[in-house]
Amino acid sequence: MTQTKPYRVSHLDALEAESIFVMREVMAEFERPVLLFSGGKDSIVMLRLAEKAFAPARIPFPVMHVDTGHNFAEVLEYRDQRVATLGLNLVVASVQEAIDSGHVRELPDGTRNRIQTPVLLAAVEKYRFDALFGGARRDEEKARAKERMFSFRDEFGQWDPKNQRPELWALYNGRHHPGESIRVFPLSNWTELDVWHYIAKERIPLPSIYYAHDREVVERNGMFYAVNEFIRLRDGETSEVRRVRYRTVGDASQTAAVLSEADTVEKVIDEVAATRITERGATRGDDKVSEAAMEDRKREGYF
Amino acid sequence: MSQAVLEHETAPSARMDLLRFATAGSVDDGKSTLIGRLLYDTKTIFADQLEAVEAASASRGDEYTNLALLTDGLRAEREQGITIDVAYRYFATPKRKFIIADTPGHIQYTRNMVTGASTADLALILVDARKGLVEQSRRHAFLTSLLRVPHLVLCINKMDLVDWDKAVYDKIADEFTSFAAKLEIGDLTIIPVSALNGDNIASRSENSPWYDGPSLLHHLEHVHIASDRNLVDVRFPVQYVIRPQSTTVTDYRGYAGQVASGVLKPGDEVMVLPSGMTSTIAGIDTADGPVDEAFPPMSVTVRLNDEIDISRGDMICRPHNAPAVAQDVEAMVCWMDESAPLRVGAKYAIKHTTRSARTVVRGLQYRLDVNTLHRDEQADGLQLNEIGRVRLRTTVPLLADEYRRNRTTGGFILVDEGTNRTVGAGMIIEAQ
Repeated sequence: MTQTKPYRVSHLDALEAESIFVMREVMAEFERPVLLFSGGKDSIVMLRLAEKAFAPARIPFPVMHVDTGHNFAEVLEYRDQRVATLGLNLVVASVQEAIDSGHVRELPDGTRNRIQTPVLLAAVEKYRFDALFGGARRDEEKARAKERMFSFRDEFGQWDPKNQRPELWALYNGRHHPGESIRVFPLSNWTELDVWHYIAKERIPLPSIYYAHDREVVERNGMFYAVNEFIRLRDGETSEVRRVRYRTVGDASQTAAVLSEADTVEKVIDEVAATRITERGATRGDDKVSEAAMEDRKREGYF
Repeated sequence: MSQAVLEHETAPSARMDLLRFATAGSVDDGKSTLIGRLLYDTKTIFADQLEAVEAASASRGDEYTNLALLTDGLRAEREQGITIDVAYRYFATPKRKFIIADTPGHIQYTRNMVTGASTADLALILVDARKGLVEQSRRHAFLTSLLRVPHLVLCINKMDLVDWDKAVYDKIADEFTSFAAKLEIGDLTIIPVSALNGDNIASRSENSPWYDGPSLLHHLEHVHIASDRNLVDVRFPVQYVIRPQSTTVTDYRGYAGQVASGVLKPGDEVMVLPSGMTSTIAGIDTADGPVDEAFPPMSVTVRLNDEIDISRGDMICRPHNAPAVAQDVEAMVCWMDESAPLRVGAKYAIKHTTRSARTVVRGLQYRLDVNTLHRDEQADGLQLNEIGRVRLRTTVPLLADEYRRNRTTGGFILVDEGTNRTVGAGMIIEAQ
């Protein structure tokens, strides 16, 4: 028999197939998975992959938002609409509530990235989640380049980079004792550009702040922060209206916008392909703290 | 920093394919620099990363921008000046997206190379032109062959330090070729490079007029990998059964999984293992609609025309082309646990395709010296990073092929039932 067909698989198809495989493995092997859904583009893509993995059935697990209380209104609106459309169960782990109840303490600088971790871990304990899907990608950051697809966490939610399970072929080891859990990263092998190509290919709607829009911003250390209830002008600073978009969506007090004219997904792809600064380096005040900022947070149980 | 002439467009498109490769080298042979160079020459490195590396190089007193610093990840590693684990890197050209499994070369890291090579289409081994082949180069070539990585590239690095002497290249190339002939290596390409200066990395160098092969990047972009997939033997490990509990979709029962090998089409007669029941394919579904055929590495959902009891861990294949249904398995096992050795008589959990079982080690035929390939038949166990031929008995049958014929249905992992750690990687030689 002669082989005439090329049986071609594009890189996006291969990445999609791998992510779907990973999600099905988790559903088959764990009792209580949950998908971390922030309304950011990576978690949106992850949710689409979950839809695809279990179609025509519904997504068979809940989603959880670790809510710092510092949100972009457009993102919250998107989150609620998406959850309603897909008929999902949404768990909100609220940092504000944890502060109000004294479970965590507000940091002197008012940032809440770091105090998300105990709130996340408390929710994991309360709902006894044993697998948590996260949208982290290995291309994002040095510490993440060494992360596994199935990342084992002990009963304190800690990541130990020196004590990771070898991951061979597509044989993922999700075994754990009660109280321990596995973080699962189905987008491990995707890059920022892959995510955008996929959003274009699948025509996935995103919160409007991912596209260029006019916004009142203040420039700090070369980054453009929206002036809003979380970020106020300091002495000597002036705000201006600029055309910007967000490359990442995190805590609204920590996430900066980039100057951009890209108001469609195609224009964003062109911009991302041409850009010279990493996505976290351009937009995340939280990663600038030290060279090992992410490594330290991951050890404590961060995503 | 010297600028390599870039002969490639840099904006990747959505129509590329994917190549996974593993890199291996010994200490100081310039592997990190080579990877840094690939990232730099494909414009994968961003301005903020380059600034950070330039600053770090300057503070160390390096005379050049030390591209090796780009891939040094964790603080724990920087402090000790070592790489402790497999790191994954990404770059793309308009033709391909590349995933690099960057594995440290130090002697105790056989475990990491095996891990990186398990999913690789290609292995890239580095040697220092001044030192020639060392024990580790042979070990890396052996592991490439053991893990059935279909393509091997040997980069003879630091050619600038031997004045681009063709005789040096020829000597190493000849020696490596004759060593590789003893192993099962399908496709070997040998390239003289200087990772530091970028010679023969992204484009052909004027320093090696006697070399008429491709640059490394050109080779990575063009090496033919589509035929590496097994499109003959239909193997579809059932991963998950989809049965919607819904009023709109009724009576749907689909078997979800990723095609391990072969091509499945609606109407095909199939056999389900271990039961041996036969049926025909009613349809192959994806969330984007039904498809006419499914082939590796597609994740799909298969529906059958007959109601057969099928669950996770079962395998869909063809009636006249089926894997072994076997509880006795002979395999090469690479041991990955530092806390306890593999022992004859010990029991482990085993994961093979989507099937989990328990297994007992019935025998250890020999331990293989990965440097000399000498077989030690007196060995009574396998320590961390040791490889040996092992006989296993499993609690339920595995649906298995020889690893040499099928990397997906021929590979397994062993898991310690107490610690839950992945302690061994196995490649099946014979299953019955």
